[in-house]
Amino acid sequence: MTVASNPIGQAVVWINDPLNWTNPGGMLDRLGEHLTISALAVALGCLVAWPLGLWLGHLGRGGGLVVLVSNATLAIPTLALLTILPVVFASGFGRTPVVVALAVFAVPPLLANAYTGVRQVDPEALDAARGMGLSGGQLLRRVELPLAVPYLAAGFRTAAVQVIATAALASFVNGGGLGQIIRTGFGIGIAAGGGQIVAGGVLVAGLALLAEVVLGGVERLVTPRPLRRGRQRAGRPRPADATGSA
Amino acid sequence: MSFRLSYRADPGNPWFSWQYVRDNSDTILAAVREHASLTGRAVLIAVLIALPLSVLAYWFRPLAGPILAVSGVVYTIPSLALFAFIAPYLGTGTTTVLVGLVLYALLLIVRNVVAGLNQVPPEVGEAAEGMGYGRWGRLFRIDLPLAVPGIVTGVRLATVSTVALVTVGVLVGHGGLGQLIFAGFQNNLYKAEIMTAALLCVALAVVLDLLLVLVARLVTPWSTRRAR
Repeated sequence: MTVASNPIGQAVVWINDPLNWTNPGGMLDRLGEHLTISALAVALGCLVAWPLGLWLGHLGRGGGLVVLVSNATLAIPTLALLTILPVVFASGFGRTPVVVALAVFAVPPLLANAYTGVRQVDPEALDAARGMGLSGGQLLRRVELPLAVPYLAAGFRTAAVQVIATAALASFVNGGGLGQIIRTGFGIGIAAGGGQIVAGGVLVAGLALLAEVVLGGVERLVTPRPLRRGRQRAGRPRPADATGSA
Repeated sequence: MSFRLSYRADPGNPWFSWQYVRDNSDTILAAVREHASLTGRAVLIAVLIALPLSVLAYWFRPLAGPILAVSGVVYTIPSLALFAFIAPYLGTGTTTVLVGLVLYALLLIVRNVVAGLNQVPPEVGEAAEGMGYGRWGRLFRIDLPLAVPGIVTGVRLATVSTVALVTVGVLVGHGGLGQLIFAGFQNNLYKAEIMTAALLCVALAVVLDLLLVLVARLVTPWSTRRAR
């Protein structure tokens, strides 16, 4: 016990070992896996949720469906979906089922925000656009979509942070990612692997918080200044805030 | 990457089997019991911590920002990471799972209770003061009863997400139904076991949610009377 015997000291030692970074299955490998899985899942979620949400918002229908989807996914345990999907896809293990499972959890915030984003557009702006002779499709593309961008960005941030957080659970189904470092630590046992466990936790938490901060900045950037202030003053509830945990 | 669906292919490994449920009823019941007790204890503790915190944030406005910000940061930390921070200190027992679950439930409850307290109309507060209510009397007689909808929303959200989150406790060996899901996964993808546990998880969330709605109706008789 000459080396630090408390978990945090062990974690510092573990992180400072260059081999733990560059080994196969080391931190860099796991980080790459984590980011790839998350990016694919968020992209898949956007592909499904944004068109659907924008369209439903444009029609002004399906608000009940949006709420239902959000509530249903809140109740489904991530672990269950992660284990069931490899069975559905006969490929068994590997990346596809994990990406699909994570995408399912990305859908509610993306869908809810796309829907709300279109619905909150000022009816007077819509009337004006209609008076100028815009058709339904043009209205959606030229008026509703641009005005919904801040909401889309908010949904994207929520979804991305949640997927990055949930991707840590992919390690339970041998899907790789940073969670694997924690799992391996538990495999060794807390006495010997405590440092690795804490180090893995720091990496996973750090990545999630970093994503939150960076995407929060992006959200501010794409929100035009007058809308920023207006939204704060009006205090509109953001549906994304209510959905999801990982 | 093949997308061949296999849901009908395998007669020896059905999606659901009463045989499995009958043969393993003891294990399943024990898992449900652990799951429900972890959820119940976690939400109860979270409520006991969250209510005073929310009242603090309501009474002293400058505290509201920091309280919400700190619980927001905790909420952003992935569950697996949170368990990883706690486990080396508290070991692989139910305590680790409980602490993690409580930390998560906190934010959902605090945020909704604060919102509930803040929407108490200021005229009502002034009327209460005019009638001679002190700070505590006003809190228990006026503010908290009027904030019940917010409190209930928070507790319901926290309960449903806690039920889902308990499964992550598998990491330290106390995941309730998650234990069955994980065992089914390791046991050569035993679908009946995974499916039974997953369905029970969702069912537990729905049942607890309905129970809370019922309790809310009972403690706020005026809300249903007004609706009618």
